[in-house]
Amino acid sequence: MRELIPETPHVSTLVFEVPEWPGHLAGQHVDVRLTAEDGYQAQRSYSIASPPEDGAVALTVERLEEGEVSPYLAGEVRQGDQLELRGPIGGYFVWQAGSEPQRPVLLIGGGSGVVPLMAMIRHRHAAGAGTPMRLLYSSRSLEDVIYRAELDRLAGGGLAIVHTLTRSRPPGWTGYARRLDREMLAEVAWPVTLGAAIFICGPTSFVETASAGLVELGYPPESIRTERFGATGGTT
Amino acid sequence: MAFISRGFKGRRSSAADSSRLPPGQYLATGFPVLSAGPTPHTPLEKWSFTITGEVDQDRTWTWAEFQALPAEDITADIHCVTKWSKLGTRWTGVPVSALLEGVESAADYVTAFSDGGYTTNLPLEDLVDGKAWVAFRYDGQPLDPEHGGPARLLVPHLYLWKSAKWVRGLRLTLDDRPGFWESNGYNMYGDPWREQRYWGD
Repeated sequence: MRELIPETPHVSTLVFEVPEWPGHLAGQHVDVRLTAEDGYQAQRSYSIASPPEDGAVALTVERLEEGEVSPYLAGEVRQGDQLELRGPIGGYFVWQAGSEPQRPVLLIGGGSGVVPLMAMIRHRHAAGAGTPMRLLYSSRSLEDVIYRAELDRLAGGGLAIVHTLTRSRPPGWTGYARRLDREMLAEVAWPVTLGAAIFICGPTSFVETASAGLVELGYPPESIRTERFGATGGTT
Repeated sequence: MAFISRGFKGRRSSAADSSRLPPGQYLATGFPVLSAGPTPHTPLEKWSFTITGEVDQDRTWTWAEFQALPAEDITADIHCVTKWSKLGTRWTGVPVSALLEGVESAADYVTAFSDGGYTTNLPLEDLVDGKAWVAFRYDGQPLDPEHGGPARLLVPHLYLWKSAKWVRGLRLTLDDRPGFWESNGYNMYGDPWREQRYWGD
């Protein structure tokens, strides 16, 4: 690992130099495998945050206190440590700047679900693409917004960033201040007729709300790609 | 190549549980949801199940006809390729063998197809002899749409993406044709005990 970047109180980015990395697409993930001294192993998947144009592989990890792997990755790992990565994996939840350059892209992220979407935003920027892109990004509070400074910097020139803060807001906050709902989707999304490509990533309930809301607003289900996490939560 | 992750201890499951966990899996507490797109909601009056493809003639059941078929209670461990496993899950479903009864076919493979366009491929022999069901109840309740309701395929001995949610039929084929995830980097067969997650495993 080359670098550890604290993003928020609960989230860190780990930047790896990966020998013989075959390259990746924005939106893909890797499997991380940890091995304890007695040979016990644990594996988890993490989205890649860095764009294909970067030589390094950046993973942004939210520290889940009840988790087995994330407290180690976002707490124990130090510069110079080696980790086993496998990937890149996944060929569906991906966006390539050159493939449909004029087709608008709507990104909807909840919490650390922003990570694969950030790879797409960075890819758009690094490729110099003018593709219209919007990110609707739900966080608990302003200090929980991952990549906040970089998002502020990249916004403009066809990229719009819309935040909603669900739990606490700083004084003077004028943005959305509630959980994502259909009204918010209707205000942020492009008209259905523009045929946007839509990527949604976040906890299951968030993804269900966002995807069902867009379908009710008339977006074709096949234009909506989803990725969910919350492997230890969920309902039965 | 495995090397020690300095300071990593991990959280082991009990010995009884860990013998039921395939390599690289961990025990989930809830029931995670994974799907590639929005959850479809097909009304039961519009639902049907079809056996088609390399068959002497197509067979189709309405929801009422499907419900009249003999169903079984199943208790099974399930394993998702995203690493979580859930032990002892309880389902009710119609065995696929019952749906294939009397079907004449030279097919060796099956593509399961679902509302929303999802597909997955399996060898026919993995769907018969008490190995697979079309399940419509989970834990005594009608199957929730998020988990594949009204009915999903249940093939617990393979990774869970083979247990197609919102399944609407089986297309019998002579050769093995990659389905949705199988075209996107995931293994053609998907045996969790051999850790066949991705292409090349």
